[in-house]
Amino acid sequence: MAGSFAPGLTALDGTSVVKVRELPIKGEIVCQVGDHVTADQVVARAEMQGEMRIVRVAEELGIAPNNLSGVLKVKEGDVVEVNSIIAEISGLWGLFRQFVVTPLAGVVEFISEGTGHVGIRAPSRTLELTAYISGKVVDIASGRSVTIVTKGAFVQGIFGVGGERLGKLCVLPVQPNEILDIKHIPADAAGQILVGGCKVTLAAIRAAVKAHAVGIVTSSVDDVTLREYVGFDIGVAITGDEDLPLTLIITEGFGGMSLSDRVLTILKKYDGKVCSINGATQVRAGAIRPEVIISTGLSPEEGNIVSSAANQENGALATGGRIRCIRIPYFGEVGTILELPSNPEKIETGAVTRVLKARLDSGLEVTVPRANVERI
Amino acid sequence: MIVDPSLLRTVLVTDCGSTTTKALLFEKKEDRWHQTFRGEAPTTVEAPVADVTVGARNAFIEVQELSGREILTSSEGQNSPFIVTAEDSSKGIDLYLSTSSAGGGLQMLVAGVVDSITTESAQRAALGAGAIVMEAISADDTREDHERIERIRHLKPDIVLITGGIDGGSVQHVVELAEILVAAAPRPRFGDTLRLPVIYAGNANAAKQVKEILEKIAQVVVVDNVRPTLEEENLGPSREAIHEFFLSHVMSHSPGYSTLLSWSPKPVMATPAAVGDIVSEYAHRSKQNVLCADIGGATTDVFSVFLNTEGTERVFNRTVSANLGMSYSIANVLLEAGVDAIRRWLPFDIESSDLKDRLRNKMIRPTSIPQTIDDLWIEQAVCREALRLSLAHHRSLAVGIQKASKDKGIADVFRQRSDRYELVNLMHLDVVIGSGGVLSHAPHRMQSALMMIDGFQLEGITQLAVDSIFMMPHLGVLASVHPEAAKEIFEGDCLVHLGVAIAPVYSPSVKTLELARVCVDGVMRGVVKRNEVALLSIEEGVRRVKVEPLDKSVDVGAGKGESLEREVVVGECGIILDGRNRPIIVSSNSVEEQNRIYTALGLIK
Repeated sequence: MAGSFAPGLTALDGTSVVKVRELPIKGEIVCQVGDHVTADQVVARAEMQGEMRIVRVAEELGIAPNNLSGVLKVKEGDVVEVNSIIAEISGLWGLFRQFVVTPLAGVVEFISEGTGHVGIRAPSRTLELTAYISGKVVDIASGRSVTIVTKGAFVQGIFGVGGERLGKLCVLPVQPNEILDIKHIPADAAGQILVGGCKVTLAAIRAAVKAHAVGIVTSSVDDVTLREYVGFDIGVAITGDEDLPLTLIITEGFGGMSLSDRVLTILKKYDGKVCSINGATQVRAGAIRPEVIISTGLSPEEGNIVSSAANQENGALATGGRIRCIRIPYFGEVGTILELPSNPEKIETGAVTRVLKARLDSGLEVTVPRANVERI
Repeated sequence: MIVDPSLLRTVLVTDCGSTTTKALLFEKKEDRWHQTFRGEAPTTVEAPVADVTVGARNAFIEVQELSGREILTSSEGQNSPFIVTAEDSSKGIDLYLSTSSAGGGLQMLVAGVVDSITTESAQRAALGAGAIVMEAISADDTREDHERIERIRHLKPDIVLITGGIDGGSVQHVVELAEILVAAAPRPRFGDTLRLPVIYAGNANAAKQVKEILEKIAQVVVVDNVRPTLEEENLGPSREAIHEFFLSHVMSHSPGYSTLLSWSPKPVMATPAAVGDIVSEYAHRSKQNVLCADIGGATTDVFSVFLNTEGTERVFNRTVSANLGMSYSIANVLLEAGVDAIRRWLPFDIESSDLKDRLRNKMIRPTSIPQTIDDLWIEQAVCREALRLSLAHHRSLAVGIQKASKDKGIADVFRQRSDRYELVNLMHLDVVIGSGGVLSHAPHRMQSALMMIDGFQLEGITQLAVDSIFMMPHLGVLASVHPEAAKEIFEGDCLVHLGVAIAPVYSPSVKTLELARVCVDGVMRGVVKRNEVALLSIEEGVRRVKVEPLDKSVDVGAGKGESLEREVVVGECGIILDGRNRPIIVSSNSVEEQNRIYTALGLIK
């Protein structure tokens, strides 16, 4: 039978973190294996094809598509400026002119006598990819990706919004079970990633934005606050592309759960250090979870490598192991496994499922479905 | 391996899903086919493993361990991992087959000239072939060209299907669609060097021009028009071309699939296409109108087979509601339905904020399961709304085209909608089949029955069934080799008959409390009462049910005031008498009302 697996988010210190930086299309790698790169250093770039506009020339001039060639001022491959005339007709000895101008600068890519259309492609733009984490380049896939390794800390969140950001960690004077509110936000938090508390309020997020913070890492948020901050309801947990002034990462879930000790302990250790964060979340196969990566600047070592691109959620359950409940009625509570019955048992709903027995830190002994715990 | 049905005795079939690879062993014992063992393992098509065969082998190992049958070879370096049954029939397998929806399934972009005609046909062709339609572009949609181009640029479809125009009609609009596709130049999802697979199934007169334009960026295949005339729809050639591209481009470029394909003498099928085949086969064989919903974590697939209005043909349709599901997409059901729509099904009070937070927590921890009764009711309430929304989506696409209207001109194109009719008529529905964890594995079968009654708002007399362990994909692909075996297992092990719902529809002004009398095998057994839900405990088996309206405004499926008599299969849920009118309107005191219904059906003691 398959082993007992329980999802669990990674929170490791003193580990080697691997990050693969991949271009969306084939491009140029501008670093070499063995280079030490900084987080904001460009390591790869690619030329992204420009947008195309189709100009309905025949329609605009009121001519048949097959008469297009007689009125065009351009040919395929010509470079055109914005608002330049590409087709023209005149009548009554030149007294009346009708013309069509380009909506953008670019190159004439196609001319169609079938439809009377002209396609103009805007110039390509350069996409630059930064290292995102400071570390050593250990592998390059030609024209495609760069693999960087660093030694440091790696903490996964459960959900986030907003993309990659660099900033200084700032652990706030707030208890793990205390609501993170406006009073906890410093007046000047420029370039900082604020850490602490639970159930962050909208006022606190807005204050952090005003104080020019670039990120917040907290335990939980409620549905209403998230909606207000993002500006829309998130229906499917695929995030990271939102246009937001700061990246928000939650480590526990929705509601009012406390920030876990293990996460707080790691982040406190690096208070004031520069770190990389990304709120991108994709809760599907090949799951992506939000992350906090702190590079120590030390040389990466072999072994104990965490790939930030990989799903780190598997781990075997064992008697004596520490777990956290991830579902009502014990959501957020932490405990120790007492027993792992091999046969499925009937639970309150009437479902028959594999369970474990645990003693929660509150002293309560409980039976919970194995699907509803994560290893810590 | 053996493909001759008469020689087959042991067949191993996998369904490589987005999250889990499920392996089922089918065996012929005492001249009957059975599903005997089941193993599963996480699918490994994504990084870091990026090889689907690893997860498949893990699932095989579980089948081997559970069955005690030696099916895997121990020697390394062999192409196939299987022992092929030879002289010693106690080990090995005769045949391996597979379906796949890993990596998000087959993703397509479709385009047509008129939204309600060719674009809709293109969608039906793609959906019927098992695809998810990422985007449907129409020449007559309200977007500007640059908006369409911008939208397409951001997609990475596996295959594009372009349709448009009737044969002999105008070529301009469909050629414009080709130009738009070239302008956007989307890249295929798999294979860096692969040219985008494009199927052209539009006006035959435009085929040459369209092909010339598209060949700059794509590998183009031209097939027969999906709409050769306004009143004809011809989806077969497009579906076959999609299937070919699925195998040659999508499957063979997905991580590990070239190896998986080499293990089987038969092609891998897209999972929804396999489910569609088995549902369609069942409907045609049993001569019944069938509706089937597979509600997963991210999506809900709906399949229907209904007799057309002429009574000449049972028409198959499939839709997928890409963001209506029970885990990854559960918060999207909340958004689309609204919190009150979900709450109306609950037998207890809950604050909106609490309900929303619970559903969002399920979204981010999709593998967790309800531990408390209240949490279970919440998930089942969401299921009702997901079923309701996905059926509405299905009904909008599952349409028939009136054959009577001939001699159309171009003006008729713009009133084409009036010639379309919904194929799905719940009054004429014979069997509804539920699939997916929330329906197949509900702790009590009655819960599954009630979810389907409420979610689909069933009408008339309807048999209720569930897929016991989600084996329809496996049976769909098995049917491609051995239809008889697939039929035997479908009826013997897959389909679990729950019971029968009787739900009259009546005028809101009806005065009488008693709506219809229900006789079973000639004996009067109960009465459907207005706004009440009740249970008739009837012994399981095939029964003859007669429902007689007690008011001339009451319709039980044979027309207002007319009696209806049918043979039905009664399962463990008996016969459910549902006196709520359609659409079901839950009163302001929904908690009390649901408590009454749940109690009547034995769900609350």
